[in-house]
Amino acid sequence: MPPGSPPLSMPHGTLPLSYTFFFYVFGAIAVVSAILFVTRKSPVAAALWLVNTMFNLAALYVMLDAQFIGAIQVLVYAGAIMVVFLFVIMLLNLGHADATTDIRGVGTKLVAIAIGIALFAEIMTVTHGHTIGQITLPQGYAATQIMRTGAVAPISSVLFTQYLVAFEITSVLLLAAVVGAVILAKRKDDAR
Amino acid sequence: MLAEALFFSAVLFAIGVVGVLTRRNAIIVFMCVELMLNAVNLTFVAFAQAYGVAGQVFVFFVMTVAAAEAAVGLAIIIALFRHRQTIDLEHINILKG
Amino acid sequence: MLLLAQAAAAADSLATHPLQGTVARWLWAVPMLPLLGFVLNGALSLFSAYHVGPADPSAAGHDHADHVAHVDHADHAAAGHDDDHHPVVRHRFAALSSIIGPGVLLLAFALVAAIWAAMRSAGGGAIEAPYVQRYFSWIAAGDLHIDAAFQLDQLSMLMMLVITGVGTLIHVFSVGYMRDDPGYPRYFAYLNLFVFFMLLLVLGASYPLLFIGWEGVGVCSYLLIGFWFSDKANADAGKKAFIANRVGDAGFLIAMFLLFSNLHTLSFTGVHAAAGGLGFDSALVTTICLFLFVGCAGKSAQIPLYVWLPDAMAGPTPVSALIHAATMVTAGVYLVARSSFLFSMAPVAQIVVVMIGALTAIFAASIGLKQWDIKKVLAYSTISQLGYMFVGVGSGAYVAGVFHLVTHAFFKALLFLGSGSVIFAMHAAYHHTGSHEDAQDMRNMGGLRRMLPVTWILMWIATLAISGVPPFAGFFSKDEILGSVFARAQHSTIADASLLGISGSAWLYAAYVLGVAAAFMTAVYMTRLMLYTFHGPNRTGEREREHLHEAPWIMTGPLVVLGLLSVVGGWLNLPSFASMLGSVGGLERWLDPVVGAATAQTVAGAAETSPGLEYGLVGFAVLIALAGILFAVARLKPERLPTKAQAGPERGFARVLEHKYYVDEIYDDAVVQPIVKTSRGLLWRGVDVGLIDGAMVRGSAWLTRFVGWIGSEFQSGQLGTYAWVLVAGVLVVLGAFTIR
Repeated sequence: MPPGSPPLSMPHGTLPLSYTFFFYVFGAIAVVSAILFVTRKSPVAAALWLVNTMFNLAALYVMLDAQFIGAIQVLVYAGAIMVVFLFVIMLLNLGHADATTDIRGVGTKLVAIAIGIALFAEIMTVTHGHTIGQITLPQGYAATQIMRTGAVAPISSVLFTQYLVAFEITSVLLLAAVVGAVILAKRKDDAR
Repeated sequence: MLAEALFFSAVLFAIGVVGVLTRRNAIIVFMCVELMLNAVNLTFVAFAQAYGVAGQVFVFFVMTVAAAEAAVGLAIIIALFRHRQTIDLEHINILKG
Repeated sequence: MLLLAQAAAAADSLATHPLQGTVARWLWAVPMLPLLGFVLNGALSLFSAYHVGPADPSAAGHDHADHVAHVDHADHAAAGHDDDHHPVVRHRFAALSSIIGPGVLLLAFALVAAIWAAMRSAGGGAIEAPYVQRYFSWIAAGDLHIDAAFQLDQLSMLMMLVITGVGTLIHVFSVGYMRDDPGYPRYFAYLNLFVFFMLLLVLGASYPLLFIGWEGVGVCSYLLIGFWFSDKANADAGKKAFIANRVGDAGFLIAMFLLFSNLHTLSFTGVHAAAGGLGFDSALVTTICLFLFVGCAGKSAQIPLYVWLPDAMAGPTPVSALIHAATMVTAGVYLVARSSFLFSMAPVAQIVVVMIGALTAIFAASIGLKQWDIKKVLAYSTISQLGYMFVGVGSGAYVAGVFHLVTHAFFKALLFLGSGSVIFAMHAAYHHTGSHEDAQDMRNMGGLRRMLPVTWILMWIATLAISGVPPFAGFFSKDEILGSVFARAQHSTIADASLLGISGSAWLYAAYVLGVAAAFMTAVYMTRLMLYTFHGPNRTGEREREHLHEAPWIMTGPLVVLGLLSVVGGWLNLPSFASMLGSVGGLERWLDPVVGAATAQTVAGAAETSPGLEYGLVGFAVLIALAGILFAVARLKPERLPTKAQAGPERGFARVLEHKYYVDEIYDDAVVQPIVKTSRGLLWRGVDVGLIDGAMVRGSAWLTRFVGWIGSEFQSGQLGTYAWVLVAGVLVVLGAFTIR
């Protein structure tokens, strides 16, 4: 990078207020979208709200110095997986809101929300408990790395060396999934 | 930003769980599962910022597997719909044993 | 200190024993010879199939076509056979068994005689310590050390002589008596095995070894009583004998436990050395002696465990002679004599032994007055005489009790074998005519002295002996017992003790009176037996009469020998006034090292009974005996006796006697039926079927299925339910992490 050009992201000693503000904005929108997604009756509407959630998550990824992942999120998750979902919904003609039968009763909902809150509390406690000092990278390490090599290089350099086996296996997995999906969804010729 | 990201991740995960428990439409339940996976991805990415790029690699794999899973799962739902003409989970109970 | 005493005793007996190096070193061969006989005879029996035979009651149900051995002799239970005398086919190996069976016993007797001679020349009654031959260490568990060892002292020598001597005679008799029996080798196998165990019993050097012999003779008794087991009644009699014995054995075991836990030794020499530590007249030693006596009550048929012995008459007559007259039933007396040092320390236990012995004597004698089966009379007579023996050894007069044991062996074996001759003749007569009458019932006999003269004379000798008429055997032994009781009633440790508030002296006087009464009854029932069997008119029947004849010499020969012994046997231990017949107090001197100290402890410095009193007692005893005989002759008229078929039921007290005071019925109602009902109702139905089969086996199966059903209920097939459960699980796991 030529010296003097504005940094792609700030070294994280002190965060500018705008950064924090936008982090919260994207997070909030993601959460609201998720809630809306869960409560929609129409599958199409729900799917679209989920797409929105994923977009905001992609924004969060970018802000967390995982720009490549952010791009992949939009491309693969929102762009391919959710599209497949929508395809299936359309294919099975399930797009209409199913008023009476879809959502369970009030009691169930309250219990489910209670469970959700409990789960949330537990996760918070567990993940916030301990930061492991020995392996914590210095502030801004990822950003500086990205400034030097770009966002893709850190991932790829590890992916094709240390995690090569997993990579290859994943490719086989994808093959299996494709074959399986075709076989499962194939219309069977009625021989009877 | 680690703490905030983890917070959001936990909220999203909880919302996904509530959705799985509450909804009866199979596809929506499936999408809630995807939401949960996304929440986990956020966690990994947040940790990647602090602990190294392995987190992002993991996210990479999660996405790949989620894609495969979505493909197969939807194929199953299609096959199910063909036989049962419904994807309401209440009515899909042949596993009863 | 105990161990030192034990080691010293053991070292003494081995290192400097006078019998060391003599023929006594072949002591081990004495029991091994009958064991060899058992193995050989048993092999012969196993290698030949079992055929139903003439004396076998199951011959009743077979038709002739089935028989391989052409046996169609009917016993009195058989139905409708013709009277053709078909030839009898004896057992294939009968000749071999006839040689092996009595042969090993004769060899054993010869060896015993040789050892006896060696013992006499080494000093006889002067040998102080027993000769113990130790073969190997049998049990070594912690504190408990029991060696496989034989102890040869004067008492065991005496017993060996009786066992092998009388045993040989009975084996020879059996060769004739059982000649047509298809189980011939099996019979001799069992008989040899019995002798082996009996020898083990008297030779064992410790209580456990004695107990092995004790149990072994019980087993052989069971096998031999139920020899013709195809008749259920015989098998039941065998079982009854064994079970009654077992009850006694429990007592014996408890006594051994008590001995070991207090003295930490079980060998005779060890216990003898350490017995002083138990304390004279302590509760402990009394308890031990009482439990030992429980064992004796079982084995030697005293009240309350005598009930098996009359039923045991279901076995062959020579078996009754050997086991239930001469040897097995005397094991209890032997045990008390062996444990003399213990009993003399427990006067209260001695009172109990004496009283039970006396009560048994009179009780059994009274039953014998009204029995019609000739063997049953002799069975009750045996019980009664065993009571006398216990009166003897119980009162501390060990020599007297053992003396009576020896003389009783002679005349009781003679009586049984003589009755065997009679039964043999009756059987032969009945199957000649195909009659089904009872060959053992006295009402079917009568006047047999004309047909069986030798048996007649010999049985009269035995009757005089058992009644206590001088100079025959029983007189000296019985008189000695009664005289000893009388003397001890006046002055002894027993007289000084008291039981249930009554002084020992009073008990002993009571025992004396009971003994005299029993002697009277003995004379009466024995004379009755002789009158009904041999005198008066013959009631057997016209056609049978001509077939009644004397048994062959192989059977009569042993009778003669026993008759001789019944005459001279009493001269073993002559009292002082009869010194013209032989040496005075021979047996007393012989047994002095074994029981002398214990005897002295009981009489503890009493003055010698005055000659006047002694003559008085003797004369009184003779008077009683003669009175009994004359009473029987006067009152009982064999001419007026109906045959069994014609006889009506008894009435009144006679009926009670004939039914043995209904003891068996009482036992059945009070003990057996409750146990059976409890077993069936509670233990079988309740515990076995209900609890174990129902609750535990079927219940566990039901529980498994139930748990499985619960599990299956969980598999609702509803994905929603699965999701709930999944999330719940996650919550729990995370909760664990959170809390930690």
